[in-house]
Amino acid sequence: MDKQRRKFLKIAGATALAGVSAPAVVKLTSTPSLAASDHGAAAGHGDSHGEEQPTGIRYGMVIDMRKLYGKPELMDKAIEACHSVHNVPHFEDKKNEVKWIWKMPFENVFPDHSVYYSAKIKEENEYFALCNHCDHPPCVRVCPTKATFKMEATGIVAMDYHRCIGCRFCMMGCPYGARSFNWFDAKPNIKKYNPDFSARTRGVVEKCNFCAERLPLGKEPACVEALKDTGAIVFGDLNDPHSELRKILDKEPTIQRKPTLGTKPSIFYIV
Amino acid sequence: MYNKKLIIPGLIIFVVLVTSPIWYNGLQAGPMPKPELPPGGEQNCVRSAAYMRDNHMVLLNEWRDDVLRNGNRVSITVDGKEYRKGLQLACMKCHSNKEKFCDSCHEYTSVKPYCWDCHLSPADIASKETL
Repeated sequence: MDKQRRKFLKIAGATALAGVSAPAVVKLTSTPSLAASDHGAAAGHGDSHGEEQPTGIRYGMVIDMRKLYGKPELMDKAIEACHSVHNVPHFEDKKNEVKWIWKMPFENVFPDHSVYYSAKIKEENEYFALCNHCDHPPCVRVCPTKATFKMEATGIVAMDYHRCIGCRFCMMGCPYGARSFNWFDAKPNIKKYNPDFSARTRGVVEKCNFCAERLPLGKEPACVEALKDTGAIVFGDLNDPHSELRKILDKEPTIQRKPTLGTKPSIFYIV
Repeated sequence: MYNKKLIIPGLIIFVVLVTSPIWYNGLQAGPMPKPELPPGGEQNCVRSAAYMRDNHMVLLNEWRDDVLRNGNRVSITVDGKEYRKGLQLACMKCHSNKEKFCDSCHEYTSVKPYCWDCHLSPADIASKETL
């Protein structure tokens, strides 16, 4: 009996010691590759040092407003194209408005860029606004159900309406007002159906999806396609140095919406 | 046993009340639903009929996650015809009558899926102009 008790105490002591020292051992013996990937991930976020490393596809857009000044009908055409392709409902009351891409005055689109003595053309024209498909999307951080998320393969900030509980945290999170809430049933307020796309139900938030459903079919986003002959919107991969988009970005000075917030938008403007 | 005169008739009344729907319907569960086969005459589904009968909801969820989350929009070929993954894009192409196909069983089993709150049924699409 005595002997067994002694054995038990020994084993218990050894186990306790192993348990206490295990974290230290793991830390000391962790493989260099693990450590490196840790470091890589930290650098990848680029929170403090330099720019992000371009990896994979990251879709973006440049909107050349110079080609749209004085042509609001062209902008309406793009908005109409987007909204009809995605079965976006139309509500008369502005409070209930659902929009994926829309027009706003310069000082609303670019509050950071407003100045006292601005060009007249800025005041006379409206500017496109849509989801910026940010690198650091605040809407994704606040979503409690992961109904909105960043698609790692494309950089698109996507929505899964099945999971949306309509809490509207994302609408609070989004600094660009790119999200709309469905206060009413959408179906009766859609004029024409696109049979290849779903509508939304009352109680979910919706926004631009960068035409994630059209890209795999080899089509460009609907707004880009609608303005194809003007070339006002160019869509492409921001991480591909040979894309048309990057060539424009390399050549033309561009601005982004609220860059100081650090969300790193994927939409660029030439004004 | 105390209060036998009260308890036993009480129990009997309780059992009869609880089972009354069964008696009311004459021990029948109603006519079995016969979901309509594809009017277009398609013979094969994306999986076997037995699998679909049991697990169509699982498959739909898998498709949903594939398409929306994983960006895996690879289309599916059945009998040489290609379908894009999706309720509206694949299922309803053959089962073109939601009321006679989906609803017949769902109503019988009192299942209320919320698919059609958002998705457009063939009847919805027929009710309006389309793109």
